[in-house]
Amino acid sequence: MIKIFRTFLIVFFFLTQNSFSEVNKTDLIKVNWPFDGFFGKFDKASLQRGFQVYKEVCASCHSMRHLSYRNLGEKGGPEFSKEEVKAIASQFEVQDGPNQDGEMFTRTALPSDKFVKPYSNSNAARAANGGAYPPDMSVLVKARKGGANYVYSVLMGYADEIPSNITLEEGVYFNKYMTGNKIRMPKPINDGSVEYTDGTNASEEQISKDVVAFLTWAAEPHLEARKRTGFKSIIYLLILTILGFIIKKKIWSNIETKV
Amino acid sequence: MSEYSEQEKFKPVHTNKVDGSPYSGVIGWIDNRLPIFRIFKHEYLDFQVPKTLNYFWSFGGILMLCLIFLIITGLALGMHYKPSADEAFDSVEKIMRDVNFGWLIRYAHMNLASFFFIAVYLHIFRSLYYGSYKEPRQLMWLLGITIFFLMIATAFLGYTLPWGQMSYWGATVITNLFSAIPLIGEGIVTWLWGDYSVGDAALNRFYVLHWLIAFLIVGIVVFHVIALHIVGSNNPSGIEPKDTRDTVSFSPFTTSKDLVGMLIFILIFVAVMMFAPNYLGHPDNYIPANPMVTPAHIVPEWYFLPFYAILRAIPDKLMGVIAMVSSIAILGLLPWLDFSKVRSSVFRPIWKQCVFLFVLDFFLLMYVGAMPAEGIYLVLGRLGTIYWFAFFLVLAPLVSRYEKPLPMPQSINEYMDWKKKGKIKTFNFT
Repeated sequence: MIKIFRTFLIVFFFLTQNSFSEVNKTDLIKVNWPFDGFFGKFDKASLQRGFQVYKEVCASCHSMRHLSYRNLGEKGGPEFSKEEVKAIASQFEVQDGPNQDGEMFTRTALPSDKFVKPYSNSNAARAANGGAYPPDMSVLVKARKGGANYVYSVLMGYADEIPSNITLEEGVYFNKYMTGNKIRMPKPINDGSVEYTDGTNASEEQISKDVVAFLTWAAEPHLEARKRTGFKSIIYLLILTILGFIIKKKIWSNIETKV
Repeated sequence: MSEYSEQEKFKPVHTNKVDGSPYSGVIGWIDNRLPIFRIFKHEYLDFQVPKTLNYFWSFGGILMLCLIFLIITGLALGMHYKPSADEAFDSVEKIMRDVNFGWLIRYAHMNLASFFFIAVYLHIFRSLYYGSYKEPRQLMWLLGITIFFLMIATAFLGYTLPWGQMSYWGATVITNLFSAIPLIGEGIVTWLWGDYSVGDAALNRFYVLHWLIAFLIVGIVVFHVIALHIVGSNNPSGIEPKDTRDTVSFSPFTTSKDLVGMLIFILIFVAVMMFAPNYLGHPDNYIPANPMVTPAHIVPEWYFLPFYAILRAIPDKLMGVIAMVSSIAILGLLPWLDFSKVRSSVFRPIWKQCVFLFVLDFFLLMYVGAMPAEGIYLVLGRLGTIYWFAFFLVLAPLVSRYEKPLPMPQSINEYMDWKKKGKIKTFNFT
């Protein structure tokens, strides 16, 4: 009975592993991300390129309201230099005030300012996008089942050939990985959508990978610190547990407890 | 009347008890006036516990550890969190991004809640399997179930605080359960919300109650532990210890063993928290609460799934709510439904199978709770619910009436002897 019970539990967990994640029937594209795994780290150059993609492609519709320009220079992120961060911020205008006369005024953005939003409110965003709301992208990767692979799959999931059983309304596009295969966002990334300055080939795949890496960092800016600390604490705890076990053995050695 | 009989009428009093400490010096001076040191010595150093306790008995200490760390991390989070519908989500993101080690504290609090439930389920399983709820530990068991109810309440309230989509819709669904109460249901719901929908007022009180209940738990845990030190620990043999051949002192024996148990638990916890912090959560909770958009599937946290499955197994809303609440409350009747004199399942061949099936049923209901309530899942959910209640109401009394227990040793010492000789078969978890 106990054996059957154990086998059942193992089978159960094996089965539920798959069924708990009922995203879509289509399997997501699995990318071997540098930030995956126990020693996962971001590729700085990729994050910097990813920011460029965000700025030039995504930012026209998607906000990132939890990020500030200073974050771009922080450790564990794209790590732009101080000057570069200042230069990036200075490309934007923000509203500030009221000043001493009670007037609002616009000024050049500083590194301490939040990313400037493309629309002043969600109604404006909807109005400009045919009723669809482009979600804020600061925690987007954590807010979707499948995470980075999901976002990457959606970016790569547009197809010219639309299956015959799907009819698309005006302003709706086919996407292999979206629920119901429909998306209101036109294909955002194509070969050469951006021009990389570091000589990287700006293929559709490369651009998508870079921007997804950037979004992953944005959603989890302390990922590197977390994994580093995690690894150290596990080593420490392993040693401590072994020591604890030896101590326990020693203490109990005079007592008969082979139960 | 003589002077002598006048004296007889009064009893002497001892309001001044400054005496009797086993310690001297400063500790003795304090201990004579406030006996904390001798209580500690008596209850945690010299306290005798059965020497057969296996690692299942570590979960009490582990739960204490979880509770303490939940309160510490909760305090730190509370210093930065803002319980307002407009600011809650953003304040959590601020904690994750800008507060020093905020990500660590928040992930710890979030995952500790899950691990608290993992530990409490194992703790409850331990009691079921070894009959720890039986005479004379019924009150401990009832206090434990009270703690479990409060844990459910505070975990639910805590889950609403980040004000993500699942927070909001979970809160809406669960508070709406009260509307099933006839006549006054709707009024109660409005009263609970402090408004006509879940919103700012609700979030504010959820925050306050989340704190309040956390400290209520601490209070009941104190009673639970005091009661433990009166009735003593049960053990795998289910036989009460008779003399020091059956026991070891709490320190260093239990402490060193609990330490190992705790370290293994912490190791697993840290691994999950540091490498898969969001694995046990739902991605939708990273979408800010939006009353205009309902998520495709509203699912509670994993640890509520079995009870959620029972709720949905009943077609009628009111009956569903009653079934869900009584599925937990019925645990409290177990000491009286199971009247077998034998505690441990080691000597109860039929009850043992019933308990294993109950564990299976728990996982089955958990699985069903995560699935949509339709087709085969509804059937499975109903079968699971039937077994859940039958376990208590039918199997417990019947098995204790008709089961023939295996031959039992006279003492713990003899139990260990039998075990060495292979006369007793049970799992090794020393």
